[in-house]
Amino acid sequence: MNINFTLISQALAFSIFIWFTVRYVWPPLLRAIEERQKTIADGLAAGERGKHDLELASQRSAEVLKETKQRGAEIIAQAEKRASEIIDNAKVAAKEEGDRILTGAKAEIEHEMFSARETLRQHAADLAVAGATKILRREVDARTHADLLADIEKDLK
Amino acid sequence: MAAEELTPTSYIKHHLTYNTVQVGGNESAFWTLHIDTLITSIILGIIGLGTIWLIVRKATPGVPSKRQAFVELTVEFIDNQVKNTFHGNRHTLVAPMALTIFVWVLLMNTMDIVPIDIAAEMNKHVFGLEYWKIVPTTDVNTTFALALSVWLLMIFFNMKVKGIGGWMHELFCTPFGKNPLMWPLNLLFNFIEYVSKPLSHSLRLFGNIYAGEIIFLLIGMWAATGIAGSFFSILLGAGWAIFHILIVTLQAFIFMMLTVVYISMAHESH
Repeated sequence: MNINFTLISQALAFSIFIWFTVRYVWPPLLRAIEERQKTIADGLAAGERGKHDLELASQRSAEVLKETKQRGAEIIAQAEKRASEIIDNAKVAAKEEGDRILTGAKAEIEHEMFSARETLRQHAADLAVAGATKILRREVDARTHADLLADIEKDLK
Repeated sequence: MAAEELTPTSYIKHHLTYNTVQVGGNESAFWTLHIDTLITSIILGIIGLGTIWLIVRKATPGVPSKRQAFVELTVEFIDNQVKNTFHGNRHTLVAPMALTIFVWVLLMNTMDIVPIDIAAEMNKHVFGLEYWKIVPTTDVNTTFALALSVWLLMIFFNMKVKGIGGWMHELFCTPFGKNPLMWPLNLLFNFIEYVSKPLSHSLRLFGNIYAGEIIFLLIGMWAATGIAGSFFSILLGAGWAIFHILIVTLQAFIFMMLTVVYISMAHESH
């Protein structure tokens, strides 16, 4: 156990080892560890942000859904209203059209009836005149009694 | 060991003899170099720090490999210890120094667990070295080299952080107050403190590891007494080696922690 030059050599070796560690061993590892810590911190922050974003998005989607539902209900109500309007209009139009057709038909019937009656009356007048003519052939001169015949004819009509 | 008769004294003496080289030319005791201590410790330092360096060189901030994770665990453990004690920028010197000390001292201490006689035989027959002590921390030169380096750093930081005036003020005025009558007492007190720090720092490590080695030698000697001695020697040797894993780690850790504490004390005024 004697102190000698070994002490100085060992101290020299020691300082070289310290220098080596300070220069080459410590910094890269420290850098790696710090970078990883930063990455982890960033990742955690990103996760937190993502969670927050998700919350916001789900909130927004719920709002949009609600709005859409409301709008849908409005549209359906409008459509129903419009449909009933159309039906009402159609009913009115149909009724009008029916009335019009009915009126036309009635007018036609009346016209037909009138013309038939007219024809019938003509026929009856003709028949009466023919009968009367036959009866009165000899006594009645057609030319002299023309105004009389016209009168009768007029009456019959 | 080969030529002389094997006695307990010669056995122990052989194991405790350094391989020395004269560096000064003249035969003075100081210019002797324990070449075994020096080379073993440098090889261990290169193995320990070199391995870490090789792993760290490819360190990725992404998912670390198992080896990188192991190094990171060690480094973060040390870094946490330093962070709790030292309140400056620890990354410029103190934390890397703590890592150096821990790794290096741990490896040097661990050589204590290597079976002494196998190591001695290997050194003799493979490398042709009659004397070669394999545990650098059982050499008081090693522990003093470390402790005195730390001590010099401590004084350097005292002067750097507080200024020479501030440090002198601390030497004369603490811990008993500014009264000029107290100056001699304060100075004496601080002197004792400054002397005892490197002494206790280095001798604690040296004593623990040296005692461990001596006990291994005694256990080894018991094996020479016969079958029963061998049996107990194996049992006790294994037990002591397992217990020594704790001592080896603990002493390396204590040495590192004391270094950090001394350096951080130099940074803080009383």
